Amino acid sequence: MFAYVVRRVLATIPVMAIVALFVFSLLYIAPGDPAAVIAGDQATPDDVERIRQSLGLDRPYLVRFGSWVWDILRGDLGVSIFTNLPVATMIKQRIEPTLSLMIVTLCLAVSIAVPMGVVAAWKVGTWIDRMVMGFAVLGFSVPVFVVGYLLAYVFALELDWLPVQGYTAFSQGFVPWIENLILPAVALGSVYIALIARITRATMLEVLQQDYIRTARAKGANQVSILFLHALKNAAVPIVTVIGIGIALLIGGAVVTESVFAIPGLGRLTVDAILRRDYPVIQGVVLLFSFVYVLVNLVIDLLYTLFDPRIRY
Amino acid sequence: MALLEVENLQTHFRTPDGINRAVDGLSFSVEAGETVAIVGESGCGKSVTSMSILRLIPEPPGKIAGSIRFNGRDLLKMSDKEMRAVRGNEISMIFQEPMTSLNPVLTVGRQIGETLRLHQGMSAAQAEDRAVEMLKLVGIPEPQRRVKEYPHQLSGGMRQRVMIAIALACNPKLLIADEPTTALDVTIQAQILDLMRDLKRTVGAAIVIITHDLGVVAEVAERVIVMYAGRKVEEAAVGKLFGSPRHPYTQGLLGSMPKLGSSLTGDETRLQEIPGLVPSLKKKLEGCVFASRCPHTTDLCRKVAPALEEKAPGHIAACHYAIKEAVAA
Repeated sequence: MFAYVVRRVLATIPVMAIVALFVFSLLYIAPGDPAAVIAGDQATPDDVERIRQSLGLDRPYLVRFGSWVWDILRGDLGVSIFTNLPVATMIKQRIEPTLSLMIVTLCLAVSIAVPMGVVAAWKVGTWIDRMVMGFAVLGFSVPVFVVGYLLAYVFALELDWLPVQGYTAFSQGFVPWIENLILPAVALGSVYIALIARITRATMLEVLQQDYIRTARAKGANQVSILFLHALKNAAVPIVTVIGIGIALLIGGAVVTESVFAIPGLGRLTVDAILRRDYPVIQGVVLLFSFVYVLVNLVIDLLYTLFDPRIRY
Repeated sequence: MALLEVENLQTHFRTPDGINRAVDGLSFSVEAGETVAIVGESGCGKSVTSMSILRLIPEPPGKIAGSIRFNGRDLLKMSDKEMRAVRGNEISMIFQEPMTSLNPVLTVGRQIGETLRLHQGMSAAQAEDRAVEMLKLVGIPEPQRRVKEYPHQLSGGMRQRVMIAIALACNPKLLIADEPTTALDVTIQAQILDLMRDLKRTVGAAIVIITHDLGVVAEVAERVIVMYAGRKVEEAAVGKLFGSPRHPYTQGLLGSMPKLGSSLTGDETRLQEIPGLVPSLKKKLEGCVFASRCPHTTDLCRKVAPALEEKAPGHIAACHYAIKEAVAA
């Protein structure tokens, strides 16, 4: 087990290296010259050349890549072209809202979607099942921003139950923090909920046909225990897998959701950076997201052993 | 009053092309402590009968009618909650497939302990201690270690022993064993049958054993019920049934059994077969259910269904010509 963890952690190195190469090349092949942007309209070609040299842009590709990676390993993600602030600092300022949004969405989605899928599988063919599946199709097909604006209109503007937009730091108290996150989390989570509910239903349907479910029934186990202990634990591996894969959906969706609900997070930072061609910031954010995703998948793989004793590493 | 009295049991399934009458008007009873075998070929309704007793038939598409009285109470009239209190506690069941009947993600101890916690209100620790005792009782070596293992770490024979441990954990009054040895190889079969016989003596439960294996019947049963096409066609004490079978179907079944060593002693004969197939249960059958395959069929058989009659003391069969056949044989 420990050896497996070490191997898996080591295996993330080549993955991250490839991601880093892509991210770095993004800057290299992107149109526009950062030196010219910094120098401004009035600069002479000599000025631009001087800036280019000071930024190290005149050095060969591989040398620049090497020194860039070296900087990153020391925690230096470069300096924003636009704000002149270190990228690491900018990310640190923006990470809490995004992390909060992701965690709340994850918890909300899993705690809604898994029971939904389980009940749909139990009541397969009934109106309950059809409603769950109908919701899943809806969740898939309506974009995040439509759901977001709709929720904001109904629950914030019309009913006035929750704030329309914005973010309150966790340090300001749990209630204002969660109040601001409920609507964005539901909007961001709708696709995710649909995905998890569908997989849960499909897997549970298969598991409920198994002989050991009949055994559990013959033992006198009640329906709740049959569904959530005997069946769900057997269905856990595919469900956990799709929860992990879905994190990618959340990362992509966070960018849109943060814009809709005016949350000052990494998503907004990314959008702003793209609009301003602030390449160091884009690079930093993309690297961070990739790293999180690789990490999540590692955790998922380790979770498998928790649910299925037949899986051994 | 018998421990279990099944009367006019009808288990039907709705299918896209008609109603499948898997069990159609079956009656039998089991006394406390008795071992009764239900035999018949595949599709005769014997497994459906066993599942009907514990109401494990999914409804719909299934539908169970008639009455199943256990200790005088009709199981078919019980609420789900009352039924759950019976399952695994007063009546328990062993299934055919030991490889797939245990939950792969729960430890053996947890699965044995589950019934104890459900029905006897034991704590997790008590249940585990009792699970170790049960494993010892069913002859699993190193029960302390095995109790923490998962089913995939056990062999098929050991898994069936675990199933038996689960079934007997709460000292049931009735144990239903649905082909308990079919999936096991011969030496393990003998061990499991021995184990069931020993445990029957210590626990004192009545056993209904469902099987197509007449060797198993001869080994463990006291009384035998022969089923064909969802009905009972013959019933007798095991000695009588093997000694003088009355129904042509039973005679056919016994004739199709190989005799050990017959090729060496020189009286080797070709095994007899019963020609034809079990009739479709989706049509209402006219006359005797066995008429289409019986070597003695007459017009009477095709028109009138024979009633179950006592052909000899304690020996009933459903055949117009049963007595004549027995005399002729």
